[in-house]
Amino acid sequence: MSIPLPKIRFRDPQIEMAHGAGGKASRRLVEGLFAPLLFGSSTEPLGDAAHINLNGTCVAITADSFVVKPLRFPGGSIGELAVNGTVNDLAVSGARAQALVVTYVLESGLPTEILEAEVRAMAKAAERAGVSIAGGDTKVVEHGKADRMYITTAGIGLPIPGIALSAASVRPGDKVLLSGPIGDHGITILLARGDLELEADLCSDTRSVLPLVEALARAAATGIRWMRDPTRGGVATSLNELARDCGLGVLLSEDKIPMRDTVRGACELLGLDPLHIANEGQFLAIIAAEHADAALEALKGTPGGHEAVIIGEMCEQPAGTVLGATSYGGTRVIDMLVGDPLPRIC
Amino acid sequence: MKFVDEFREPGVIGKASGEIRRLADPKRHYRFMEVCGGHTHAIYRFGLKDLLPSNIELVHGPGCPVCVLPMGRIDDGLSMAQDPNVIFTAFGDMMRVPGTNGSPLEHKARGMDVRIIYSPSDALKLAQKNPDKHVMFFAIGFETTAPSTALTLIRAKELGLSNFSVFSNHVTIIPAIRAILDSPDMRIDAFIGPGHVSTVIGCRPYEWIAKNEGKPIVVSGFEPVDVLQSIVMLLQQLQAGEAKVENQYKRVVPWEGSRPALRAMAEVFELRPYFEWRGMGFISQSALSIRDSYAQWDAEKRFQVPGVRVTDPKAAQCGEVLKGVLKPVQCKLFGKECTPERPVGALMVSSEGSCAAYFNYEHRKAAVLTSIGAAV
Repeated sequence: MSIPLPKIRFRDPQIEMAHGAGGKASRRLVEGLFAPLLFGSSTEPLGDAAHINLNGTCVAITADSFVVKPLRFPGGSIGELAVNGTVNDLAVSGARAQALVVTYVLESGLPTEILEAEVRAMAKAAERAGVSIAGGDTKVVEHGKADRMYITTAGIGLPIPGIALSAASVRPGDKVLLSGPIGDHGITILLARGDLELEADLCSDTRSVLPLVEALARAAATGIRWMRDPTRGGVATSLNELARDCGLGVLLSEDKIPMRDTVRGACELLGLDPLHIANEGQFLAIIAAEHADAALEALKGTPGGHEAVIIGEMCEQPAGTVLGATSYGGTRVIDMLVGDPLPRIC
Repeated sequence: MKFVDEFREPGVIGKASGEIRRLADPKRHYRFMEVCGGHTHAIYRFGLKDLLPSNIELVHGPGCPVCVLPMGRIDDGLSMAQDPNVIFTAFGDMMRVPGTNGSPLEHKARGMDVRIIYSPSDALKLAQKNPDKHVMFFAIGFETTAPSTALTLIRAKELGLSNFSVFSNHVTIIPAIRAILDSPDMRIDAFIGPGHVSTVIGCRPYEWIAKNEGKPIVVSGFEPVDVLQSIVMLLQQLQAGEAKVENQYKRVVPWEGSRPALRAMAEVFELRPYFEWRGMGFISQSALSIRDSYAQWDAEKRFQVPGVRVTDPKAAQCGEVLKGVLKPVQCKLFGKECTPERPVGALMVSSEGSCAAYFNYEHRKAAVLTSIGAAV
């Protein structure tokens, strides 16, 4: 008896930074190597968390790693990010996080006070998000081998009643809802590295989006088709994945996409597209048109959701593509992130 | 945001676009070359072609520094950095440009010490911080970036810094424009002149284009209003039968350029007798080498430079695209073997390269609009 060999399509000769940047290269790696070897014959589009059936109970499960540099930055730190990131991956899959487990990879020589600060940050973030930390593991590697510390988390959650999300359920005319201004996290980290000698009054947006997702579920549960938190690769990459998975187009009104002047200014200066910049406390939701107003009202009425806005809608054509329209009549194709964002020189 | 929003104001843009339609003779086809890669990027990013009548064609010029750099120079630069004692520094745009054995980023993945810097002075600081290493700056760019390289070299000399050098690949814009005008398949009606280069060299160096070649040229800014207004100015000149140099980008570009920047360049650089441009061949007096008085900081004099010459893949038509003879999509490799993620030619690497800009912002849109029967 012969078992059909999984088809490996990943042909890149070596792993590069771009494979971890969340854009095209990351997708190629996951779909071309991990999926065929690990996920078997499942053809489900790859989401932020997997929903699996355990003896008749549906649970959501996710895992995430954190390798941010620097460890602390305005508005947050690696520990806080690790909790919020995992809670958010579950939330946008339509689940409420119940418990996390945590692995620390630490460098020898790491000052205890730094570790303690991060553990405290995790405890506080977990309390705020209403999730328990149920266990974990610790490994120590030689000095200089792990950029001080890496954190890996796994989270388990229960589905929020009434929500059924899938890219396949998205229809032309559905609205694209964004929870708030984009780019705060990515630009904050870029500036915190200090390579640029730019200063700005800006904080990471890291937070749990669960309260916002739950408010949305209460107001428009059956109208929510799909959600995603636009982390690495930004809004552009998340929406391109959606366009590809559902076979429809996304038409964005570029002028409606909220962002702070500091983010816009930094992107203008550095030649970056804010739609490619990472967020850690925002999410995108596709809402059936008839539920869109109620959904928007519900978000705006929830603390932290007052800047939510509808930024576009789904359309039949251009299939599989994200288009940005400006208020003066120009349009452009908005692609996924390619490589790591590199600034232009002139 | 100040200095940005007022140049993206829908009312003003609509007015300029209307003015273009009024001025353009419907019986005539116009080919305007935007010399600078920054303009190419802006035109696609802001969807400006949607605002122009179909008889105005924008042709992308040679003003993208990484695009015109021959692959051999990248190999040369990387070969010097094979020495584990050398830190290779360059602007971000250089990082994904393919050499024969991969881009600087791929060399970094294999262990070479490659760092992205944002200013040549960062490379200098890196050298000060790492006295036991040699820091080499792979310098590229037109007159826009050459002054900052020059000032960095002047500083290195003042500091007597011995572990720092520059591999100069600086080029100058005027010979490239001349080469395009001399090209037999050239069919350009007028030029959208470079904005940033002109802050340094001013507007005078373009006068021969108007006087001798009879082509209007308008030095332009990079916002939607700037580019559209420049097109209005070109159309007005053509309608009046004139050819002159005009400055649309007065808020940044002084007519005489920047004397301190030019002085720094003259102190450090001299013209090379000739230099190879990717896709355009050897152009005489078109690039800058470092003067003997700065030889100590000249990577070409300090290191063994193999002088690699690599011919472009036969099927790649970078040269024709660079000269505006072909549109990016007309190249045989476009979007197939050559994509922004796996570039064959440098035009596909930099966001200012016409192929990458076209790929990112335009070609799928064109394909889609054609497929649904809309006019493009």
